Amino acid sequence: MANDNKTKNPSGDGVDPTRRKFLKNTGIALGGVAGGSLLGGLLVSQSENKNDSSSKDDKAQAPRTRGREFFARYEDFLVLAAATELIFPKDDNGPGAIDLDVPYFIDKQLAGTWGVNDDDYRQGPFDEKKVKEAADTANHARANRGQLFIDGLRSMNAESKKRFDVTFDEATEEEQGEIMTDLETGKLKMKTLPSDGFFELLKQATLQGAFSDPLYGGNKNMDGWRMKEFPGARASYADVIEEEDFVELEPVSLTDYQQNI
Amino acid sequence: MAEKLDKVDVVVVGSGWAGGISAAELAKKGYKVVCLERGKDRSTQDFIGSKDELRYTKRHELAQDLTKETMTFRNRTEEKAIPLRKHNGYPIYDEGTGGTSVHWSGWSYRWLPFDFEIRSKIIEKYGENRIPKDMTIQDWGITYDEIEPYYDQWEKTAGISGEENPLGPKRSDDYPNPPLPSSPPIEMFKQATKDLGYHPFRMPAATISQKYENPDGETINACVICAFCSMYGCDFGAKADPIVTVLKTAQKTDNFELRNNAHVRRILHDGKKATGVLYIDPLTRQEYEQPADLVVVSAFFSGNNRLMMLSEIGEQYDPSTGEGIIGKNFTSHYTGIGGNSATGFFEDKKFNTFAGAGALGSVVDDFAGDHIDNTDTDFLHGFNMCIFQDGAAAIANNRVPQGTPYWGKEFKEKSVHYAHRHLTVSGMQGTLPRTHNYLDLDPIYKDAYGDPLLRITARFTDQERNMAKVIGEKASEIMEKMGADIVNTPPVDDEVEMTSSSINTHAAGGVIMGESPDNSAVNTYSQVWDMENLFVVGGSSFPHFGNSNPTETIGAFAYRAAEGMIKYLEGDGGLLVEAKATKNV
Repeated sequence: MANDNKTKNPSGDGVDPTRRKFLKNTGIALGGVAGGSLLGGLLVSQSENKNDSSSKDDKAQAPRTRGREFFARYEDFLVLAAATELIFPKDDNGPGAIDLDVPYFIDKQLAGTWGVNDDDYRQGPFDEKKVKEAADTANHARANRGQLFIDGLRSMNAESKKRFDVTFDEATEEEQGEIMTDLETGKLKMKTLPSDGFFELLKQATLQGAFSDPLYGGNKNMDGWRMKEFPGARASYADVIEEEDFVELEPVSLTDYQQNI
Repeated sequence: MAEKLDKVDVVVVGSGWAGGISAAELAKKGYKVVCLERGKDRSTQDFIGSKDELRYTKRHELAQDLTKETMTFRNRTEEKAIPLRKHNGYPIYDEGTGGTSVHWSGWSYRWLPFDFEIRSKIIEKYGENRIPKDMTIQDWGITYDEIEPYYDQWEKTAGISGEENPLGPKRSDDYPNPPLPSSPPIEMFKQATKDLGYHPFRMPAATISQKYENPDGETINACVICAFCSMYGCDFGAKADPIVTVLKTAQKTDNFELRNNAHVRRILHDGKKATGVLYIDPLTRQEYEQPADLVVVSAFFSGNNRLMMLSEIGEQYDPSTGEGIIGKNFTSHYTGIGGNSATGFFEDKKFNTFAGAGALGSVVDDFAGDHIDNTDTDFLHGFNMCIFQDGAAAIANNRVPQGTPYWGKEFKEKSVHYAHRHLTVSGMQGTLPRTHNYLDLDPIYKDAYGDPLLRITARFTDQERNMAKVIGEKASEIMEKMGADIVNTPPVDDEVEMTSSSINTHAAGGVIMGESPDNSAVNTYSQVWDMENLFVVGGSSFPHFGNSNPTETIGAFAYRAAEGMIKYLEGDGGLLVEAKATKNV
C-alpha cells in the first residue's frame, strides 16, 4: 500500500515516475498552455506505473469513449481522481477508483442529465436554511450536480494549496485524508452547500463508478464486480440458490446479456 | 380549452393494482371502461434486459417523473415544507402502465383480524386509557372474516406462492402455488427462529414458483431467480403485476381502453355526483374532459388525496381542531429511525446472496399485531420479522461492521471482505396514526401544470422509536442464534426525527374508510360517503398501517370495491352501506 501511495502521490523525492512530474520538470505548468493531447492519458500512465501489465495493454486498447466530456479544466479532473482513489483505494483485494475508471464514469454522469438534475423537481424556492434538514442535502442545493462537483473539488484543492502548498492530488495521503475528513464532517467551506452533502454525493458517485455496469464507463473490465464476486447481469440463479457452498461465477455485462446488434 | 370526449360508463384514474382490478372486473361485466394513466405505455418488452442497478435502483428509472410532480415534506405545522426533489432510496411512486405495482418485490401478506378492529380490540384488552390522546386509531368498519374472500380472490389472480402461516388467520383455501425454492440463509433463519420457539413460514410471494394460469386465464411464468426484481419490471413475466394479469384481462373484453399520457387534474362534479375527470396530455399539453357515469380514483395514496383536495370533495382535515377527514391518518412504514433490524457478519461462511428473487424469504409473525402482548411494551401494535434474499447488487452491497470508517482503505477492505459474508434480519412495524401526521396541499410549491403539490406533515413519536429498539433486540437474538460472529443493530437516537427520506412506497391514509362519515371519507366498498358514484380505491383508504406489506390488502379491497361498483351500476344507485352513527372518532 505504501508503495502504491508513493507512486500515486509523488512527493518530490526525485524518482517520481509520473508524466506529471515529467511535465513539471520540463517547466510546463499544469493548467497553463500545455496541450490537452500532451496531458491526455496521464491517469492511464499512473496505472502503468503501478507495474500492472494489464493496464499497459489497456492503454493500447483504451476505448475511444474514454475522455473528458464534462471536466474542461484538467486540474479539476486530477483532484476528482485523487479524491475517488482516496475513498476507494487500490489494495490487495483489487483495483481502486482510478484503475476502475471511476473518474471517467463520474465525468460522463455529470455530462448527462444527472449532472444538470434534469430528472429532479427543480422549481423554487430553494430554502438554504432547510437544506440541512434534508437527509439528501445535495439534491436540495440550488446549484446542479455539475456545479456542486466543480465547487467541491476546487474547494478541496484550494484548501490543500492553502494548508500544504500543493494541489490536492499532489498532497500526501495523510494530507488528503485531513481534507477529506473535513469534507465529510461538513467543516470544509463550500459556496454551494454544506460540505458533508458534497462528500456524500462524491462517495456515492465513486461507488457507483466502481460497481455499475461497464456500459457507463466505470467498473473497467468488470474488475469491480470480480473483486466483489458479483456475477452481473445473469438470466437465472435457479441452479445456485440452494447451493450450500459459495459459487464463483464470471461476471456478465449488459452488453453481453442484451446481445445488442 | 379542454376538448370534451364522448361519455363512457366508467373512468378509472391509474393503472396499478387498484385501478387494474377495478377496470378488469367492470369490463368483464360489460361496462365501457377508460383507464387514464399519466405515464407512458409499458409492456413486458420494456423490461427485457433491464438488469442495470445504476439505472433502475439508483436512478429510479421506473419512478414517477419528478419534473412534473412531487410532494413536499415537513415535521410540524408551523414549518415550511421542502419538496422531495429526487427519488431517494425508495421511489415514492411510479408512473406508466401498471403503476407502482411493476417494481414491487412481491411480498404478499394478509393483514391481521386485529388490524380491522384495532380500536375495539385494544380497548377490550388494555382499556381506553391505553390509547394516547393524539392516536387516532379506528375500526375499519369491516372484519377479517368479511374481507377474507377478497384476499383469496386476489391471491388467485396473482398466483401467490406460499405456505400456511402457523399463527396466521384462517384461510378459505391454500395458496395457489407452493413456496419458492429455499436457500442456506433462509434455512438458517428457520432453524434459529424455531430454536427460539417462534413459528417461521415462507414469505408469501408474487414472484411465483411455477407456471400458473389464473382464473381469468392469464399466464404467469415461473420465477427463474434472476436477482433483478425489486425496482425492476420482470424480464420473464414471472412477477404478478397488472400488466401480466388484470390489464390483460380487461383488454380481452373489448370494453376497455387504456389511455397513456393522461394526467388527471380534477375530478369533475356537481357537488352531489361526479361527472367525469379533467386530464392533460403531458406531451402536447392538450386538456380533455372525460365524462363518465362512475369515477374510480386509484392513483396511489398521494394521487388520491391530492385529487380529492384539488377537486374540493369532502372536508380537509385540520389538525388543530380534529375536524375534517381528507388528509387524516397519514401513515407509512417510516425508515431512518434506526433499530428495526440486525446484521450479522460471518467469518467462516460465504453466502450466494448475489442470487435471489424479490420475495424469496422467511418470516415470523410471533410479535405481529396482537400476537405480542402490549401490556408491558412501550408501544401498541407489533411487528413481523423476516430474512429475505432478493439479490444483493454490487453498488448497494457495502455493509461493514459498526465502527468501520466510512471511506478509505479499511472501508474498502471490509466492504469487499463482507460482501457475501453478511445477512440481515429485519422487522416491519405496524404504524399508527397521530393527529399531527397528515396531508394537505402545499401553499408554495406547484406541479408542472400550476396545481399545488401534496404536502406531508409528519414526525416520529416514541411509539416508533421504542418499537424500532425492540425489533433490533429481537433481530439480534435471531442473528446470534444463526451463528454470526459480529451482530450489529443500528442505534436508535431518542431525538431522531423523520425526514423526507423516511417516507416510501408504503404510505397510506387520507381518504380513510370507516363505518360512518363522522370518521371516514369512504365506506368499506371505497365508495365516497358524500359522492356515491365516486370510488377512491387503494392505500389511501387504510386508517392505519399493518405490520407487513400493503399490496395484498390493496388488492383485496380493490376486489371488494369493484363488487360494490357493479352493485351500484346494476342497482338504483345510493350508498352501498348504511352509515352508522358513531362516537368512534
